[in-house]
Amino acid sequence: MSDSTLSSVVATEDQLLPGGWEMIVGLEVHVELATRTKLFSGSPNRFGDEPNVNIDPVTLGLPGALPVLNKQAVELAMRIGLALNCRIQKCIFHRKNYFYPDMPKAYQISQYDLPLNADGFLALPSGTVVGVERAHLEEDTGKSTHVGGATGRIHGSDYSLIDFNRAGVPLVEIVSRPDIRTSEQAKEYVAELRAILEAIGASDAKMEEGSMRCDANVSVHKIGTPYGTRCEIKNVNSIRALGRAIDYEARRQIDVLDSGGTIRQETRHWDDAEGRTHTLRTKEDADDYRYFPEPDLVTLDPSAEWIESVRQSLPALPAARRAMLQELTGYDPQSEAVIVAVERGQHEYVKAIADAGGDPVKALIYVTQAFAEAGAQPAVPPADIAALTILERDNKLSATQAKTVLAEIVANGGGDAAAIAASKGFEAMDTSAVEAMVDEAIAADPDAWAKYCAGEEKAAGAIVGRVMKASKGKADGKIVSAIMQSRRGS
Amino acid sequence: MASIPSTASGIASAVSSGSVSARTVVDAHLEQIAARDGDIHAFNLVTADEARAQADAIDADIAAGRPVGPLAGVPIALKDNLCTHGIDTTCSSKILEGWKPPYDATVVSRLRAAGAISVGKTNLDEFAMGSSTENSAFGATKNPLDLSRVPGGSSGGSAAAVAAGFAPVSLGSDTGGSIRQPAALCGVVGVKPTYGMVSRYGLVAYASSLDQIGPFATTVSDAALITEVISGHDPMDSTSIPQSAPSLVGAVTQGVSGMRIGRVTDLPGGAEPEVMERLNAAFDALAAAGATIVDITLPSLSFALTAYYLIAPAEASSNLARFDGVRYGLRVNAADTNAMYGATRAAGFGDEVKRRIMLGTYALSAGYYDAYYGKALKVRRIIAEDFDAAYKNVDAIVIPTSPLVAFKAGEKVDDPMAMYLCDIYTIPTNLAGHPAMSVPFGTGAHHLPVGMQVLAPALGEAAMFRVGGALEAAGGAQ
Repeated sequence: MSDSTLSSVVATEDQLLPGGWEMIVGLEVHVELATRTKLFSGSPNRFGDEPNVNIDPVTLGLPGALPVLNKQAVELAMRIGLALNCRIQKCIFHRKNYFYPDMPKAYQISQYDLPLNADGFLALPSGTVVGVERAHLEEDTGKSTHVGGATGRIHGSDYSLIDFNRAGVPLVEIVSRPDIRTSEQAKEYVAELRAILEAIGASDAKMEEGSMRCDANVSVHKIGTPYGTRCEIKNVNSIRALGRAIDYEARRQIDVLDSGGTIRQETRHWDDAEGRTHTLRTKEDADDYRYFPEPDLVTLDPSAEWIESVRQSLPALPAARRAMLQELTGYDPQSEAVIVAVERGQHEYVKAIADAGGDPVKALIYVTQAFAEAGAQPAVPPADIAALTILERDNKLSATQAKTVLAEIVANGGGDAAAIAASKGFEAMDTSAVEAMVDEAIAADPDAWAKYCAGEEKAAGAIVGRVMKASKGKADGKIVSAIMQSRRGS
Repeated sequence: MASIPSTASGIASAVSSGSVSARTVVDAHLEQIAARDGDIHAFNLVTADEARAQADAIDADIAAGRPVGPLAGVPIALKDNLCTHGIDTTCSSKILEGWKPPYDATVVSRLRAAGAISVGKTNLDEFAMGSSTENSAFGATKNPLDLSRVPGGSSGGSAAAVAAGFAPVSLGSDTGGSIRQPAALCGVVGVKPTYGMVSRYGLVAYASSLDQIGPFATTVSDAALITEVISGHDPMDSTSIPQSAPSLVGAVTQGVSGMRIGRVTDLPGGAEPEVMERLNAAFDALAAAGATIVDITLPSLSFALTAYYLIAPAEASSNLARFDGVRYGLRVNAADTNAMYGATRAAGFGDEVKRRIMLGTYALSAGYYDAYYGKALKVRRIIAEDFDAAYKNVDAIVIPTSPLVAFKAGEKVDDPMAMYLCDIYTIPTNLAGHPAMSVPFGTGAHHLPVGMQVLAPALGEAAMFRVGGALEAAGGAQ
């Protein structure tokens, strides 16, 4: 991303920082692709193995070894490009030359001026549209562990251990345009990107395991003036840390500028424990990467047919999934239940329950509550859940009873909701019987009732508890509350 | 017992028919090596035990009536920049001394599958950078025809091995003439196939876009036979052309009747007068054999050397960066990682390698890329276009291989520019990716051999071997 790019995106009034400052943020997100093998060799691409088992002459950069491009990696990269509305183009690979012990060839095979995916965008749930400059393929490095010394970094360590299992793992680097104006937008961008990557099966996108890594380019300026000098923030390991790092860095830059200083272009390291960034390296000591076209690989020119077949194979993206659930349930697409169901890929399952005659809202709630570990396609037949939603909707079961039945259905991988309810002695209580119990409870705890009548809502719990105890849990909590409200007169 | 044939094809048929055992062939060649390589130093390593074991295995196959390959029992010498499983592969550099690759180069596997028997690894200019095989960390190779002279380079060990009779055939690599120039200086046949015809998998890279493996032989026919065996698509090399190996041996005796052969009228000067006389004699011989000689121009040829000495060092600076002391080869310990890199590379690389790494690093640097590397790539395209235009009118082109016959050891070793000029006629085809071969065609100054070079368009090996065969048949008569 270039400093001079003047984006058309301008912060709204409430997004401006104090003193009329605006932050300009662009993100570079690296994702490890979920391929079977590495980008240029047949070694497995697998996380968590013993060190240095997934290696071969190509991975180790042995003399004479040559890279051969992994077709599955190209397809997954194309899926990312298509999901981000990019143009997929004829492209080449470049060598990025620099020395580091965990980089076996002393160059990284990456893409430079001709990336596979270019000029896309990502529309965030909040409505903000963030430009995507490029999403290119490259290989990962190995992983160093620096032993001894105070910092855990290479300088000052006694020795270093290198694990080459990660070397050559395929990465896609997704570079946004500097269209982000708040840390909230930055977090939303990464969350939505992660949801998309998971949905299309391109990556498991786990920031904690490093399969998704995010660097932030941050600068500040006053509206109407050119963009300021940017700093690149590295070592951001969670979405929450991203928000904190960006806010800290913008604040730091404003403080420097307000006190008459200037911002140096540099790479800064986010220290999550300290909650601050500090200088990693300045532009002056940045490497000259001496990019040049990789002579060991040929031009990658995906045919129109190939691109189209990848496009056809893309599933519905998170935005479309949320819209579907909104239409089905009336819930806001940004409500937690909708986001959770879509993240888990269980939107189709919710729909299947509704299609089987179930209550859509209750279906969504049951699924978010009881299927956290079930994956995108729970084993329980949708019709079984549908039957339960109807029993609760029609007040044949209380919410508490329904929850118990649901737990049993889930545990057994299915079941007849009505039969389970009967076996547990669950039956809907006659409203007049509940009314009598409420009256008994009020009589038994007049203090609580007085507080409740005085508007202390928490006091209701004591009365409801007595009713539940008396009814052995069969009374419907919602009906109890309704009776209490009518007794109180509001 | 029958005598041992001198050619690879002769040995293969004698061994296959059982008239000579592979073990006899191998022992005879190992004896030659033992007797004379102390003076010549063609080999960095002679793998006598492995060679004898392989010969015995082939003899056992023949005794048992099992089928053997087209090169059964043929001794072959391998340039020491070709990876050989479990056998030292040094590139004649201290930085790789003692390194044993865990895999075979594709060409090595194919030769072994065909029944060829490696007798050892041959000396070269360190990492194939040089034209005299004097830039070796393990000592220079001498020209078997005159021990005071160089064998050419960088595949000087492989050329000398064939010229000395240590093996009927050998493999070299050619980035700017490193097969053809030593072939010319040692009086043997040397072939650089079309770029992508032979897999580079397992060839330690000097300049990846130019490197190509090819054979040395005493006859054009043997060179064609080895080219057939090592050619053909390899999925381990992305730049390998996706087609199977061509048939080439038949072309050698097909003659040149009806062929149009180009004479370059604007050939860059600098060749010895005797070399130019041999060139004229070559055209006379080809015309007499029925070819039509056509005058052509290749105006960009004089820029090839400059473009090459930017592109090849640029790629080399990146290819040789992996020799950092971290994973294999030499490591010189130092206070921190950067100092270790510096100390290792300072101790491990020779002067010429350092010179080219520095040249290439500079050519790729920010601010200089467009002026140097970028411009060199444009020159490369123009050279290819010039050749394309010429090949509209001719089937092949004949020019000298080397402007000079074998020069004295030590004569040019301190003058890099003079050394670089040795490759002025060989470099253009590497830049174009085309095939070319050197065929001995009589002698020049000091009665030393002169090589004629046959150039052909990409995948034009058959035409090239027809012309090469005709030059050989003309006998290089003075």
